Amino acid sequence: MTARTFLVRGLLAGLIAGLAAFAVAYVVGEPQVETAIGLEQSATGSPADPATAPHDHAPGTPAEHSHGDEDAVVSRTVQSTVGLLTGNLAVGIALGGLVGLASAAAVGRIGRLTPRQSTGLVALVGFVAFALVPFLKYPATPPAVGSGETIGDRTALYFGFVAISLAAAFVAVLVGRRIAASSGAYVGTIAGVSAYLLVVMVAGTLMPTVDEVGDFPADTLWFFRRASLLTLATLWAALGVALAGFVGVDHERAVARQRRRELATSL
Amino acid sequence: MSSTAASPAVEIDLPSIPLAELAPWALFFGLLATMVLFFVGAEQGAFSLSSGTLVHEFVHDGRHLLAFPCH
Repeated sequence: MTARTFLVRGLLAGLIAGLAAFAVAYVVGEPQVETAIGLEQSATGSPADPATAPHDHAPGTPAEHSHGDEDAVVSRTVQSTVGLLTGNLAVGIALGGLVGLASAAAVGRIGRLTPRQSTGLVALVGFVAFALVPFLKYPATPPAVGSGETIGDRTALYFGFVAISLAAAFVAVLVGRRIAASSGAYVGTIAGVSAYLLVVMVAGTLMPTVDEVGDFPADTLWFFRRASLLTLATLWAALGVALAGFVGVDHERAVARQRRRELATSL
Repeated sequence: MSSTAASPAVEIDLPSIPLAELAPWALFFGLLATMVLFFVGAEQGAFSLSSGTLVHEFVHDGRHLLAFPCH
């Protein structure tokens, strides 16, 4: 088990995760995206009520891009199939490689966890810190929700919070590991989780809330957000399960090789 | 007998990879992955390295469903 094997396994697990996430996003998410775009089209179609057309950057100015098929650079069909697949695969493989390398660093360094266990823990922490907690603060928004004028602020807030969450998770693992070494795994785990929660709750309370939903239908918003969270959960679950599986097999092989070598030297 | 055979194996039960060996992989792939996440998550949204809306529209649905800020 080397840095190279972890990266290769991570990329492969990320490919699997990207495919799984695409399947869920396409089946569960696309109907909600289409519904949201339908609402946006009908809203922008009635200039009498510009308040219901949040996609227009300002009343009277044309939208920067349209979700309609007529004047779109990329057709909706391509966006919902090849485009969606590309996005999921790219993010899956990128996160797979990162989780693979983080798992390589974690192996043998987190208490007495086996490589398979520590890899699973890295994926779990990754899901919570990179996807779940940021989602709770700045949840995904369907097309038609979110103004083009605030995209810069919203992007900065979102990635800023992700960065805080990731940094907090990294420090929390180090803190938990140190305390576990002296006070045991039970106390160490509680200390690490508490440290992480404290940081993200303080940051989440201090950072501004994005409130741009307007009168977008609540049920469509919930269905979209549920689909989005399912997509993220699928991506991370598939990534964690596949990578932990690969790493477990690698470790078993390494142990078997070591046993044979010991047997050979003892003869 | 089996316990004496297993006890040296306990050491390789917890192998670890030297961080110095990991560092170049982590740095290079970390930069690469950040660029990929940027193009899927933010290009032609909050930032535009290239003009137009091609990248934005191509990954549009993935950007929304993977919870990146979009509009």
